[in-house]
Amino acid sequence: MSGATLAGGTPQPRRGRRPSLARERRWALWVSYITLIFFAIGFLIPPYFEIVTSLKTSEQIGSGRNPWFVHHPYLGNFLYIIHNAQFQTFFLNSVKITLVVVVVTLLISVFAAYALARMRFFGSEGFATGVFLTYLVPESLLFIPLFKVLAALHLINNVWCLALIWPTLSVPFCTWIMIGYFGSIPRELDEAAMIDGASHMQMLWRIFIPVAMPGIIAATIFAFTVCWGDFLYPLAFAFTSTQMTLTAGIVSTLIHGDVLDWGKIMAANILASAPPILIYAFLMDYYIAGLTAGATKG
Amino acid sequence: MAEVSCRKVIKVYEGGVQAVKGIDLEIADQEFVVLVGPSGCGKSTTLRMIAGLEEISGGEISIGGDVVNDVPPRDRDIAMVFQNYALYPHMSVFDNMAFGLKLRKFAKDEIKRRVDEAARILDIQPLLERKPKALSGGQRQRVAMGRAIVRNPKVFLFDEPLSNLDAKLRVQMRTEIKKVHQTVRTTTIYVTHDQVEAMTLADRVVVMNQGIIEQIGTPQELYHHPTTRFVAGFIGSPAMNFLPARLDDASGRLSVRLNDQVSLPIPEARIARYAPFKGKELLLGMRPEHMFDYHESDMKPGFARLDALVDVVEPMGMETMVHFFVDGTPVCARCEPETPAAPGHNLPLALDLNNMHLMEAASGHVI
Amino acid sequence: MADGTTGAAASGVPARRAATRGGALHRMARRRSTIAVMMCLPLFALIAGLVVYPFFYSIYLSMLSREMDRFIGLFNYEYLLTSDTFHLVVFQSCLFAITAVFFKALIGFILAHVMHNISGRDQRVWRGLLLVPWVIPPALSTLGWWWMIAGSYSAVNWFLQLVGLHPVAWLAITGWARFWVIVVNVWFGTPFFMIMYLATLKSVPEQLYEAAAIDGATGLQKIRYISLPLLRNIISITVLFSLIVTFANFDIVEILTAGAPANSTQVFATYAFQVGIGSGNIPMGAAVSLFIFPILAIFAIFILRGVNRRAKEAI
Repeated sequence: MSGATLAGGTPQPRRGRRPSLARERRWALWVSYITLIFFAIGFLIPPYFEIVTSLKTSEQIGSGRNPWFVHHPYLGNFLYIIHNAQFQTFFLNSVKITLVVVVVTLLISVFAAYALARMRFFGSEGFATGVFLTYLVPESLLFIPLFKVLAALHLINNVWCLALIWPTLSVPFCTWIMIGYFGSIPRELDEAAMIDGASHMQMLWRIFIPVAMPGIIAATIFAFTVCWGDFLYPLAFAFTSTQMTLTAGIVSTLIHGDVLDWGKIMAANILASAPPILIYAFLMDYYIAGLTAGATKG
Repeated sequence: MAEVSCRKVIKVYEGGVQAVKGIDLEIADQEFVVLVGPSGCGKSTTLRMIAGLEEISGGEISIGGDVVNDVPPRDRDIAMVFQNYALYPHMSVFDNMAFGLKLRKFAKDEIKRRVDEAARILDIQPLLERKPKALSGGQRQRVAMGRAIVRNPKVFLFDEPLSNLDAKLRVQMRTEIKKVHQTVRTTTIYVTHDQVEAMTLADRVVVMNQGIIEQIGTPQELYHHPTTRFVAGFIGSPAMNFLPARLDDASGRLSVRLNDQVSLPIPEARIARYAPFKGKELLLGMRPEHMFDYHESDMKPGFARLDALVDVVEPMGMETMVHFFVDGTPVCARCEPETPAAPGHNLPLALDLNNMHLMEAASGHVI
Repeated sequence: MADGTTGAAASGVPARRAATRGGALHRMARRRSTIAVMMCLPLFALIAGLVVYPFFYSIYLSMLSREMDRFIGLFNYEYLLTSDTFHLVVFQSCLFAITAVFFKALIGFILAHVMHNISGRDQRVWRGLLLVPWVIPPALSTLGWWWMIAGSYSAVNWFLQLVGLHPVAWLAITGWARFWVIVVNVWFGTPFFMIMYLATLKSVPEQLYEAAAIDGATGLQKIRYISLPLLRNIISITVLFSLIVTFANFDIVEILTAGAPANSTQVFATYAFQVGIGSGNIPMGAAVSLFIFPILAIFAIFILRGVNRRAKEAI
């Protein structure tokens, strides 16, 4: 019972200096801001450094001058990368496969989550748990057998093989998010819709999906990020640069070029990171809500 | 509009819990029937079976003469108002009310006509474009009712619709519901645990307890002539007092003996009715409003005097509740505001035995 | 599943008479579960075909000879268990995962608390800033880290030289290489812990802290006696989740060090990749990666058991 904590409001004439609560609060706020500033700087150093590097010519990078500042920003790296055919291919591959996988993921997980959250059937609970347990079999275990499976399907070194494989990364978690959201919709809502004359499909389409829209957005973002950022599968299953997505492409192809071309590599890096960053910038709240809603229920 | 009938309806949940144990209930066309009882008595389950939201384990339910046991809710032509309103959060008030009609492929202008009509009855025209989130509790309640009205169904089902409202609004909405029923005259089944709501709204009240119907009757019947101890205790507020008693005629006249000292003479009119129960273990049921301050001059035939050692006095304004004990049983009497009652002092009370109830202690049957 | 058609045909017709046991409603229920099974079918197929089957196929693969023409039983496992490199991999994987997860959880916990002290609008901004590491695809951000630490013009060394120290070949020295791999992983993963804990903290009723303050608790005591017990479940779950992800991590190690120097930063995933895809010894790669599963399963069992027990106590 230290004196500093009389904050609660019990009248204590002995140490009745009123500001004690305010002082404690202010102190806590100071500590909080200092901690935040410290970590924010630490967290933002690498992206900052990437941006600085991307704005330099190779000569500037090689000059041995302060690598942390750029005196004459140079946009040539970005222009070069945007017009680079290889980069365009990577980008296009990433976009088209990711979009396909996002759509497939939503279809699979929304239907499954609706069934698992609302229409109990034999073994549904065990199945729901099983879906989550797939995370005990991570991609770093699966890429070897999948390599053989894809080889048998003649899909090795074909970027579309990722459309088949990536849903294994996105679907289980999206299903989990959606089960959480659907589960939080009050049962009376289905009953009201049932009495209003809705069929299962109408209920899903006109009630559940609109009401669980935040969850759907969260699931979409998750599916997008996971696929966009995946590195192991595209690296393991593609050899030629036309069949690569951004991550594997930048790391394995551009890097082998001119060693001094780090300005261009960083520009490519930034452009490749831009879509997820933009999505988060605009939809962060949905995503966090979806993620934490699922977690606090699980 | 239609009549509803339940014949020997049973509900057994998975795991063997029997929630409803054989209910017989005939509800006439245009009637307002309230199912009332403590939580877990099976009233909501009964309503949900009528709605088709719960499967019927046994017996038969018919609406408008057709057996509906196997008919899905959407084909039963019913509408339901839920406790938490169950408004579709992503739809405007208009769309909420129109949803059932849209699914049934009504023409656009017909939908609009009906929604406007319902909105007029419920006085919510200015809210039609709003989302449920932007409505107050009472407004949501109205929209939920509007959703039922537009469908113009055979039966309205209400499942504790006022429980989520604060006390003041509840009284107001109660009147509102009654008014709507008087306007549209649709057969209505209403579930509540609040006996005041049941008494004020119902044409007939069905009191349920532990899966069976205790008594069906008009509010007046239930109040004046309860047939079981449960109904006697459940209906009326504050609740009826129950005192262990025995009938004897030691004083030369049939009397209720509470203990060695206290014995209350039975009114003339009831002697014949109670005589056969002489010597049996009974309970005397007295409503607080039938126990009041003793004034020598006001005593009427059938009144009896009881002296009470006052425990607690609760002034409520237009009346004062006086609590005391009879042989360890707590008893509450309703006295005048200016009653001389004071804790620890004796207070003479008058008991109006014309309104007494006697029941068998073991079975709880009123005799 | 085959009776779906009969069920579908029967419903929709309004029943005329009271059902003898299991009438149309019963069929409707059965039809409903048929629909439910159909809705789950794609998910089931996905998991069965692309997770469960490959998993067992991997076990089979791991028992083949290098050329995959002979069944050699557990020879690959025997070989691995006696191989020094593999011992190093096991050691480094555990060191990497446990250290990284510990610091992620710790820093995440601290950040969540300080963030919780700050009011609404400010909080959003700070949260956004601190979430950046987690938003960038780790393969790409690690590339940036590599360039910063070990590129030809290492920016970290530039600092050292600025204060008169000698440049260090960071990723060529075992200790430093291990250090940086963990740093990058902590950098990437901490925001996840932070937002999870922050969300949970927000759900703790403020009155609890006020009551504690009245009872005389200091700030640290409030964390010790209120936050920690209430956050315990979410801490367990996030730690489990992160252990799984970190243990199986590939991107960061592969790009930063690719296992160098001398396999001292090699983890299961990168080693399996090198052996299986790099050197083309698929059976051996399969054997390496299969070791991930039992280890994760043990983590999962321990942590989930704790969570369940506490959940039961809470009721």
